[in-house]
Amino acid sequence: MKALVWQGVNELSVERVDDPQILNTHDAIVKVTRTVTCGSDLHLLGGYVPTMRSGDILGHEFMGEIVEVGPGVRKHKVGDRVVMCSFMSCGNCWYCKQGLTSLCDNSNPHPGFGEALWGQSTGGCFGYSQTTGGFAGSHAEYVRVPFADNTAFSIPEGVTDEQAVFVSDAVPTGWMGADLGGVKPGDTVAVWGAGGVGQMAARAAMLLGAERVIVIDRLPERLRQVEEVIGAETLDYSQAEILPELRELTGGRGPDVCIEAVGMEAHSRGPMNAYDQVKTPLRLQTDRPTAVRQAIMAARKGGSVFVLGVFGGVVDKFPLGAIMNKGLTLRSAQQHGHRYIPMLLERVQRGEIRTDHLATHTMPLDEAPKGYEMFKNKDDGCVRVAFRPGG
Amino acid sequence: MRATRWALVGAGIAAGTVVVARSIAPKSPGGRELEKGRWRSVTIDKPVDEVMRDGIPEPLAALGDLIEVRATDAPGGRGTELSARLVDGEPTGAGAGISRLSGTDPRQAVRTALREAKQLIEVGEVIRLDPKPEGHRRNTPFGAIVDMGAKRSGGEGVL
Repeated sequence: MKALVWQGVNELSVERVDDPQILNTHDAIVKVTRTVTCGSDLHLLGGYVPTMRSGDILGHEFMGEIVEVGPGVRKHKVGDRVVMCSFMSCGNCWYCKQGLTSLCDNSNPHPGFGEALWGQSTGGCFGYSQTTGGFAGSHAEYVRVPFADNTAFSIPEGVTDEQAVFVSDAVPTGWMGADLGGVKPGDTVAVWGAGGVGQMAARAAMLLGAERVIVIDRLPERLRQVEEVIGAETLDYSQAEILPELRELTGGRGPDVCIEAVGMEAHSRGPMNAYDQVKTPLRLQTDRPTAVRQAIMAARKGGSVFVLGVFGGVVDKFPLGAIMNKGLTLRSAQQHGHRYIPMLLERVQRGEIRTDHLATHTMPLDEAPKGYEMFKNKDDGCVRVAFRPGG
Repeated sequence: MRATRWALVGAGIAAGTVVVARSIAPKSPGGRELEKGRWRSVTIDKPVDEVMRDGIPEPLAALGDLIEVRATDAPGGRGTELSARLVDGEPTGAGAGISRLSGTDPRQAVRTALREAKQLIEVGEVIRLDPKPEGHRRNTPFGAIVDMGAKRSGGEGVL
């Protein structure tokens, strides 16, 4: 089959590889019909995640059709149209039973990496380095889906491929940020990042009752989507000073909930951006936490900050004093999508959540290296690129 | 020895608390057992009697007299803390590094066995990764390090 392969920093190729096989009884093989770029892939592409290996297949946000099931699969059958959560869940460990499914104890065959880096490992994830298990990704014609009964979700009638594919990751990740960030009716919520995840976090906050939602970015086409499709307010950080603006917009209080949806390659304007841009290449810090710092400084006293963006290592000039003295709650997670996806598919079906606008570009898998180049550079108003492995 | 071990296992299950798979080790004046490895543990979301129903679970049992094993109730109803430690202590010094790289460090066998025992009990099988589709793997020094890390990862970590 064909697959998009990581060959080195900023180097991708489409290659012929072996087809996947059923290896465990709970596996399924899925024929991929849509698979999309995700901002977190750019951390892999740029060499920020050190356990990538040349030859690894990228892709973790996808949907398709089941073409083969192992003997232990009960919920699904060949022919089912399914969307996969990007993280895998065994369904039987304590974490999965608590709904903390990206922390699954049994789905990551390479726990040593995560334990060495963070003290504990995450669960397994498709196409996201050896640290999350070394599983082949979804930018391919076929993909093996471990724990298929838990990881794959049947797509209801009336939900198109273009809508469903984002329920794999962007929608549940955004929803989790608003939900576990503690958004309540009447809240004011600020979201850093107007990519797919940020937009979905903003929409989730609105559906959870937030009275005012403000999304911060600098890319006009993304800010326009936020205003026209999501229905939230926007701030352009290239034009405005964010902290004073947010204070002014919130009567001097600051947002009740701040959701960071940017990740380790954040940038901004001002001296802190220059500081981070110098220190990261020198490996004096591994990640650039610019948006996280701002979210912490912006949050109201006693408010909460949720870190949705992906971080891998250590950061500098982290405002711990602000967290302590303002009494903030800081939470974070890789997505626990399994607890949300059935509900979110129904919301998409009812039209409460729109996702199809996110795939600004669609192309065959053969053109995926070009697609990632566009996505990385935000060329031509690119928000996400959807690949069709079937052509 | 094997019969004695199973008898102790059975007695432990009957007591509902601790199972020790070998005779009690000599202790220092402070009460710390001497010359043995650190207890390494996984928490399994099943009760002790289910975890130890057939004795020490595989593949821990296959490590035989290399280890001793205990299973205790986890607090808060969180199942069973299944622990194992090396009877003859753990490698130290430069030799330890070499054995870790070569995959002969006995701690790796203990960690792997604990993780696999947990998977077998909780989900019925050990998750496999290979063979998997992959593109061209370049032979580079950094790639060799990642490959080595991936190969040893199941037996490494902080467990």
